[in-house]
Amino acid sequence: MNHSLQDIRQQAAISAKVFIQRDYTNGTVCQFQTKFPSELENRIDKQQFEETVRTLNNLYAEAEKLGGSSYLEGCLACLTAYTIFLCMETHYEKVLKKIAKFIQEQNDKIYAPRGLLLTDPIERGLRVVSFTKTLNSH
Amino acid sequence: MKNCEYQQIDARALGTPASSFQPCTEMKVPRLRRKWEVFPGKNRFYCDGRIILARQSGILPLTLGLIVVTSVLFFAFDCPFLVTHLTVCIPVIGGVLFLFVVISLLQTSLTDPGILPRALPDEAADIEKQIYTSGSSMYRPPPRTKEILINQQVVKLKYCFTCKMFRPPRTSHCSLCDNCVERFDHHCPWVGNCVGKRNYRFFYSFIVSLSFHTSFIFGCVVTHLTLRTYEVILLHQKESPARYPFHIICFFSIWSVLGLSGFHTYLVASNLTTNEDIKGSWSSKRGAEDSGNPYTYNSIFINCCATLCGPMPPSLIDRRGFLPPDDIPPVAAADLELSSFLAKNDTNMVGMPSSGHTS
Repeated sequence: MNHSLQDIRQQAAISAKVFIQRDYTNGTVCQFQTKFPSELENRIDKQQFEETVRTLNNLYAEAEKLGGSSYLEGCLACLTAYTIFLCMETHYEKVLKKIAKFIQEQNDKIYAPRGLLLTDPIERGLRVVSFTKTLNSH
Repeated sequence: MKNCEYQQIDARALGTPASSFQPCTEMKVPRLRRKWEVFPGKNRFYCDGRIILARQSGILPLTLGLIVVTSVLFFAFDCPFLVTHLTVCIPVIGGVLFLFVVISLLQTSLTDPGILPRALPDEAADIEKQIYTSGSSMYRPPPRTKEILINQQVVKLKYCFTCKMFRPPRTSHCSLCDNCVERFDHHCPWVGNCVGKRNYRFFYSFIVSLSFHTSFIFGCVVTHLTLRTYEVILLHQKESPARYPFHIICFFSIWSVLGLSGFHTYLVASNLTTNEDIKGSWSSKRGAEDSGNPYTYNSIFINCCATLCGPMPPSLIDRRGFLPPDDIPPVAAADLELSSFLAKNDTNMVGMPSSGHTS
């Protein structure tokens, strides 16, 4: 009896999470697929989902952008034998903090009222964006 | 007699169902463990997760030893002579180069090369589900691959059976460290670590500065010997005992290090990894412009900047993060509900909660 109960819990755990995989069409930059998963159809509308994922993609693109400021940071780091990384927060880390705040906001305003929880991809090694279906809504 | 035994156990379990669990959870809560303590790869951690090393340090001590010994001999024997005969800048330049080499080497060895954390069970199960629904096969399929388009080039993503996920492009699984590493270049035994996305720039600055350092030392030594030879010939002075073995090491290492630096400069300029170059993944079919490498920016300058001066990605394994305390509670919570439910109805089922708790 214990066995079947555990199986049921595992099944519930699997179906309670929806994973959005990475989109590699532009190379190794961190982008997520904007295709709307069918499991979320009765929870949120497509526009909302796409907007969230697109904003996340833009934020990650900003973190990995090759531009004047990132080159400056890189050159400065090289000249100091990269010891500067020990005391300074990198541009990428600053954007990651912005992303964490954005996800928190989205959860509070949009997803929690609908019984969903959006987890920060950094907790999954930037591999997936996961939506967890919380138990309080059907 | 049996009834008596069951009744004794029953009374104790019924009387204190909550408190019998509480002491155990209290014992487990006080010390939260950090993620590095349960890291599945073959790595060693020091300073409470701040420093990461491969399990086998390879010949890193030898590398450090050679560099330090050669430099010390240089400062001890060649510098005094050259300072008096030439300029005081020589030990200064030598010192700066030596520091740069050692710092780059330590950073290459002690930094997370870009290890990808393994997929958690729910994620792995989701991927398996997708494979089986799309493949619609009853048997276990052959090595799983997924083909995707990157910049109009077909790239195959392989499934990693150890990490239970599809490897992102340019990621490879290092068997020595038992980790998937992003932008995997190679596992360097001299450095005792994998060279990947996060520490490639340290590795490159190490080999380039080492090339300059060994060339500089060799140049100074040759100058020293030449000047000494003239003095010996002109003034009939006694020749100092040979420390040629270290100079010979220097001479041979120059060519190998210079060669390696040249090779990696070519890789950086064409945005390739050693792994891809050796496997010939993007071997040029039509000429230099259309090499087939989907990651190149088609400009040597941008390729160099992107690889060496690009933004520094964060470590994905979060070594110093705390493990969530939900390793045990979900099972314990289920058993708690189960035990309270069963205790109300059946006396001889009381044995179950304790067995569930110990499992």
